[in-house]
Amino acid sequence: MADEAPFQFLHSELIQYITKSAESGDTENARNITKLEIMGFRVGQGLIERLTKDTVRFKDELDIMKFICKDFWTCVFKKQIDNLRTNHQGIYVLQDNKFRLLSQLSAGKQYLEQAPKYLAFTCGLVRGALSNLGVKSIVTAEVSVMPACKFQVMIQKM
Amino acid sequence: MAVCIAVIAKENYPLYIRSVPTQNELKFHYTVHTSLDVVEEKISAVGKSLGDQRELYLGLLYPTEDYKVYGYVTNSKVKFVIVVDSSNTSLRDNEIRSMFRKLHNSFTDVMCNPFHNPGDTIQSKAFDGIVSAMMVQTG
Repeated sequence: MADEAPFQFLHSELIQYITKSAESGDTENARNITKLEIMGFRVGQGLIERLTKDTVRFKDELDIMKFICKDFWTCVFKKQIDNLRTNHQGIYVLQDNKFRLLSQLSAGKQYLEQAPKYLAFTCGLVRGALSNLGVKSIVTAEVSVMPACKFQVMIQKM
Repeated sequence: MAVCIAVIAKENYPLYIRSVPTQNELKFHYTVHTSLDVVEEKISAVGKSLGDQRELYLGLLYPTEDYKVYGYVTNSKVKFVIVVDSSNTSLRDNEIRSMFRKLHNSFTDVMCNPFHNPGDTIQSKAFDGIVSAMMVQTG
């Protein structure tokens, strides 16, 4: 759906815009990440509505996660999640070995402290998509070496 | 064609409800409200038996003396309910399906509208137009 280059440019401009328009400081940094996360949330909600329009009803949670890993990820990032793991108790780990939004940053550990703001939007995207499908969750991201990235999804039981 | 069209949110409150102008609009509200139980029943049956329907379209929910009630549930658990007049026997299942499809398409557009707040009642004119077109075709 989203074309490769425009989406990446827009995303990095978005981060620039949000960090520049806020004053510097550590507390501000946390607020910027929240802002990006909320934006992602709204986009995820809309996007999943469109993507699941012609699919059959999901059987269970795992079915939903598979959809996120395959169709949803392909739509946004042009590739599937490389590895999905779960403990069958509401925790899912989605591993992407070459995460597209990090692929333009130099590989390795040089820009590691910049990573959170490049992942916040995506965390929100996943959380928004899941919430619209009726699954409440907390999504966090983790990077140890640059373009690889892990997203942890914790399902909130009602 | 349809005498009442309703959109119900995940949490079972109405996002949109419109019926043909008659004296007893309340009756349609009751009809739609009653249908939610049937919808619930149909969804919870999914996954229990093999070969069950996993389609979004739920088919005829229940007939009453004067009306037939059809249901549809999106993957985001938003319910669409269409009430048609029983006397309208020419109406085929396929036509109902296509009505729901149109409704769903339009609803998706509403959801993707950045000015719309998910969970708010639907105020889109485009959606209104689609619904009106379905109600007008009364024979």
